[in-house]
Amino acid sequence: MTIATLKESPLDPAAAVASTVVPAGEHWIRLIRAGQTLRIVDLEGNQAVDTIFYNAADYSDRYSAVDTIREQGNVYLSTGSQLLSSEGNVLLTISADTCGRHDTLGGGCSAESNSVRYPREKRYMHNCRDSFLAGLLAWGEGMDKREIVHNINFFMNVPISPDGKSTFADGISEPGKYVELRAEMDVICLISNCPQLNNPCNAYNPTPVQLLIWD
Amino acid sequence: MNIDPKLILFEETMPGGWNRSHLLKRGTALRLTDLEGGANMAAIFYNAHNPTERYNMPDTLKAQFISCIGKGCACYSDLGRILVSVLDDSCGWHDTISGVSNARTNERRYGSRSYQEARNGYYRNGHDALLLELAKHGLGKRDLVAPVNFFTKIAVDETGAMSFVAGNSRAGAFVDLQAEMDTLVVLCSCPHPMDPTPEYAPKPVRLTVWRSAIAPEENPCRTFCPQNERGFINTVEYCL
Repeated sequence: MTIATLKESPLDPAAAVASTVVPAGEHWIRLIRAGQTLRIVDLEGNQAVDTIFYNAADYSDRYSAVDTIREQGNVYLSTGSQLLSSEGNVLLTISADTCGRHDTLGGGCSAESNSVRYPREKRYMHNCRDSFLAGLLAWGEGMDKREIVHNINFFMNVPISPDGKSTFADGISEPGKYVELRAEMDVICLISNCPQLNNPCNAYNPTPVQLLIWD
Repeated sequence: MNIDPKLILFEETMPGGWNRSHLLKRGTALRLTDLEGGANMAAIFYNAHNPTERYNMPDTLKAQFISCIGKGCACYSDLGRILVSVLDDSCGWHDTISGVSNARTNERRYGSRSYQEARNGYYRNGHDALLLELAKHGLGKRDLVAPVNFFTKIAVDETGAMSFVAGNSRAGAFVDLQAEMDTLVVLCSCPHPMDPTPEYAPKPVRLTVWRSAIAPEENPCRTFCPQNERGFINTVEYCL
């Protein structure tokens, strides 16, 4: 496995204009202004941070996983990746990354997909797409289920193999690893800090993450 | 597999570069045939009765531990149900991770050619063509998700690098999709955005709809993996 470009950030956490801890299973939604930087810190390691971005001026223009990976020619995200919208706009750029690889093909868990991937009784467990919905409904402004598109799973490792297979592998993150994104336009950031209890990638133990914002 | 002509409900050749849609009822199937080789047919599937339920690429891939569509697999909705199952496939690899062309990718590859210049030979792109077709069903930008690009192979190496594989689909290659629930199929035959062919040369695809009526219990896609067994149960329960 090739580790992409690791890059540390010069930004000082003491100078951040906002800092919050999002517990596992919680959602978070907020406007990030053009020029601001968002850092997501994997506090305890191998946590999946399911994230979607929207053009703040037009929610129908939103993060597009397939346009992003096709235009950069690689299925994994790391330093330098430009996150493209469905209309071809650059929403954010990954400006620093001490983890090295982030997935955007594995999607977020849901009650319904859990009933397929795991024994059917796993339907009744808290899941990312319910968290996304709760965040969208809290934000209001007409946002609903149709806003739940293919997301980024920060700190997740979902290897794609040349023979057309995909797997969920052990994470490559560790406590304190982070990814940092510079907003290239005003964006809404929607996060579900994944509560998945059925997947070995987080050792069946979802944990909190820290979010920092700099002007 | 040969289709019994008595079971055929509809047949038409869709020219390259165009869009159309079809309501594929449960128990009927759609064969896509690449008439000349090198076609690309982008397809998105929606629950015909509730189009907020739609084809979900990530759920499809992770339920079946695949990164492309092929014989035996199923195309899942975001609600844990199977929209269409891939009954047969003479091609072997259909891309679902790289999206469709848009005005910028067309301009980069081909330049532009307007209707005023070229009449119906003007350059059309997948993004705009799919949106036009979605709008006919009251759907819009918020409903446009990653499609399956039938007949196109995008290889991914160990480092994650993506590349277009030429010659994946030869003349006569086909793929058979059975609707496991009433499914709105939205189609676009524009060239794939990673196809390096310098000329804008979209290829025609034959559409054949027939009454396949293969019961879920007898569908070989059901045993593709244990996850599909549960996916079929979810789907059958929904259609009761």
